[in-house]
Amino acid sequence: MSEELQKVLKAAGLDVLSCMHCGTCTGSCPSGRHTGLNTRRILRDARKNRATVLSDDALWLCTTCYICQERCPRGIPITDVLLELRRLAVREGFMLPEHRWVSEMVLECGHAVPLDEETKKKREELGLDPIPETIQKYPEALEKMKNLLKACKFDKLAAEK
Amino acid sequence: MKKLSLFLGCIVPNRYPGIEKATKLCLQKLEVDISALPEASCCPAPGVFKSFDKATWLALASRNIVLSERMERDILTVCNGCYGSLADANMELKRNPEIKARTNSCLKEIGMEFKGTVEVRHIIEFLYKEFGPEKLRHYITTPLDLKVALHYGCHLIRPSKERGLGEPETPVFFDELVEATDAKSVDYTDKMVCCGAGGGVRSGHAAESLEMLEHKLACIRKAGVDCIVNACPFCHLQFDRGQLAVNEKFGTDYSIPVLHYSQLLGLALGFSPDELGIEQNAVQNIEFLAKIYEISAGLR
Repeated sequence: MSEELQKVLKAAGLDVLSCMHCGTCTGSCPSGRHTGLNTRRILRDARKNRATVLSDDALWLCTTCYICQERCPRGIPITDVLLELRRLAVREGFMLPEHRWVSEMVLECGHAVPLDEETKKKREELGLDPIPETIQKYPEALEKMKNLLKACKFDKLAAEK
Repeated sequence: MKKLSLFLGCIVPNRYPGIEKATKLCLQKLEVDISALPEASCCPAPGVFKSFDKATWLALASRNIVLSERMERDILTVCNGCYGSLADANMELKRNPEIKARTNSCLKEIGMEFKGTVEVRHIIEFLYKEFGPEKLRHYITTPLDLKVALHYGCHLIRPSKERGLGEPETPVFFDELVEATDAKSVDYTDKMVCCGAGGGVRSGHAAESLEMLEHKLACIRKAGVDCIVNACPFCHLQFDRGQLAVNEKFGTDYSIPVLHYSQLLGLALGFSPDELGIEQNAVQNIEFLAKIYEISAGLR
């Protein structure tokens, strides 16, 4: 990452400079109670342009519950900052294998959670069509959606680096 | 009231079809004009796709919105994740002409154009604003003698600036909808805390996700309720299937039934537990099933 992190965030409309390190974000975080996620530290690293924050696995422990963003006394859109940091990390090649798998599912069948035999049976028991009225029933629409993902170069982004 | 299209997402049709059935039955009973939304895909999942690439997130979300624009119907979601993804994307595209133009240049590849003519609704927000607890009460034929631990979930109420559902620390609108069925919404510690599934944590960091869930389950058990009620199939999956995983990981013996609000409302509207797919859950609590069958048959 050659550009300064803080400037990249600012260009995306996310100013972290006003953080006064009060720790309300960390204190409110439902993940941080149980995991290594320390939101205040991530904000500090971003503000100090420490590019190592992008390889920090803790970025992926945020459930995006938006509590920190709601409570920040400085009004910093903290969750949005975290999401932007994740996107920068993905561009640098950081993507968990499980998340790559979710991406592949959508690239392949249009759903992050694909239909399985067990659910088909459950649908029939309920008197529903075994194949839901979604993209998985319409091969032509699925092909088009794949083209849309290609136009966004998402197939390349999700591919193993 | 504008006409609606039902956006199913992934988990409802592909894991918990009972929620799909319950939603359809309830809306039919309430005489809401709703149709299927053929060809819809993943919303896409906000925690992961919004975390990967914004252009892709907006392209997939707008494709789903355009399908509904073509039918001249607002989109109705039954999932906090789908709601968060579609409502946020819709708002961003409507507000920012530059982003809209960029997204439309992608959509052009498949002959689509985002116009910005429809709204995205969530079933809880929709029922609260278009019916409200008092009006809903008139439809109830089977009052529910149940104690409920309500889980709002995150993206229904936050970011609150964009949701317009009041302050997010101690909301009551969903409790009021639960109590319209005569069930009692019981207060419990950390009621407003996340279930631990979102943001790609359940898929990427399963152990940590289960730890967060175990905390919620412990708080709920202390409250002594008949069941958990949610408004999101991803929270539903976390509470239901996750509960079995928690038992395995922590040696606990949780057996708390989990209902989506559409299933709770379905019971109160007179539908039976098997019509609503309640027995298809991973958690099999025989005592609870017996209780709701008795309520459903008018035996208690």
